[in-house]
Amino acid sequence: MTMSVSNLARRIIPCLDVRDGQVVKGVQFRNHRVMGGIVELATRYSAEGADELVFYDITASPEGRCVDNEWVSRVNEVIDIPFCVAGGIRSVEDARKVLRRGADKISINTPAVQRPQLISELVSAFGSQCVVVGVDSVLHDGVWATRQMTGIPDQMQQTGRTTLDWMSEVVERGAGEIVLNCMASDGTRQGFDIQQLKAARKKVSIPLIASGGAGSVSHFVEVFKQADVDGALAATVFHNNKVPIPLLKQMLSAAGIGVRL
Amino acid sequence: MTLAIIDSGGANISSVIHALKRLGADPVFTADADTIRSATHVILPGVGAAAAAMSHLRTTGLLDCIRELRQPVLGICLGMQLLFEKSDETDADSEAVQCLGIIPGSLQKLQASPAVRVPHMGWNSTTMMNHDPLLTGLPEQPWFYFIHSFCAPIGVNTVATCQHGDAFAAIVRKENFCGVQFHPERSARSGARLLANFLELQ
Repeated sequence: MTMSVSNLARRIIPCLDVRDGQVVKGVQFRNHRVMGGIVELATRYSAEGADELVFYDITASPEGRCVDNEWVSRVNEVIDIPFCVAGGIRSVEDARKVLRRGADKISINTPAVQRPQLISELVSAFGSQCVVVGVDSVLHDGVWATRQMTGIPDQMQQTGRTTLDWMSEVVERGAGEIVLNCMASDGTRQGFDIQQLKAARKKVSIPLIASGGAGSVSHFVEVFKQADVDGALAATVFHNNKVPIPLLKQMLSAAGIGVRL
Repeated sequence: MTLAIIDSGGANISSVIHALKRLGADPVFTADADTIRSATHVILPGVGAAAAAMSHLRTTGLLDCIRELRQPVLGICLGMQLLFEKSDETDADSEAVQCLGIIPGSLQKLQASPAVRVPHMGWNSTTMMNHDPLLTGLPEQPWFYFIHSFCAPIGVNTVATCQHGDAFAAIVRKENFCGVQFHPERSARSGARLLANFLELQ
């Protein structure tokens, strides 16, 4: 056994975008197609060796409602790995409902940008380990900047914040983890945005999850080796089985990346 | 077989209940001492703060009931920590929390460093120290899902260890009392196997 300070595994996280009770997927946040049922896909990924699942109710925030809770309970009944729920959580009470139904973590995005104090409130109510912040980021005039309301393209807005400054505030407010959605890469299958993720890694001391652009096994190897992220999140390549999770785990392990087999 | 899950207050244990139901068990979630005493297997779950959980068990009059159990008992996460003598996790008066005192030793906070983040959160591998029926059918270094900031010292009651900065006890056993620091209900096949092994204990 190699000597190391911790054997904590790097995580592979399928992301399930949920709309109207189905799992859907679009390209660069547009033109969504139905990929399957929520419970059906959750069960499949859990059996295939996914380390964690994230469910994004992608219409919840723009429509001004919290996630429809009932399916969270159904997911909790069938899966035996941790899962995180995102979408329109605006208050401690919204979060409590989702956690009571068995979610291990909640993730907030637009509501945190609109009211950063929400991060602090959730951390003090449930602890850092429950609170994930999703950051949607795109290059704008040579600087990475955050976006909000990304679920519905016509309502998408600039936030006036640079991505790196916003991530620093997220960390200071006690969040347990950041998912960095690199929007220019999303759905393109051309690889993760290594440059942006490396910059984020330097800035962020808490677990950092790469999101957007996964197209092949080698993209995952690259993002762990070059950007030193704690986990990598993807949707399409898992939904269509272009990157089978058991094979991905074996290839990562063979490349010297510590994963759970 | 009858299975009682002790209500230690506040914690969301629906995921534990579902994991046991998937194994065919029919757990009863209860704070009733007679129900707990008469069960063939008892689980002490726990998420949250040690002081709050101990205070809840004291209020519901369960401290001695738990100490006197002779059937297999499994403490999960905080529930495992409560089996020890005390925890450096402080209460409202900044005093160390006195726990059940069934297993010798006291809980300490994990030491954070730039490469070792606390809370310890995620999948980590464990190393077996002793053969134990709880580990039947598991690989040499099974992976389990952890979320915790305090940890138990390695001692004569340690069955398996884990390393996150310091090495600590991941699975413990003293007579009929077992404990796991991780969450078997969220640890995929390894966790399900461990829970099934516990339910097989006589």
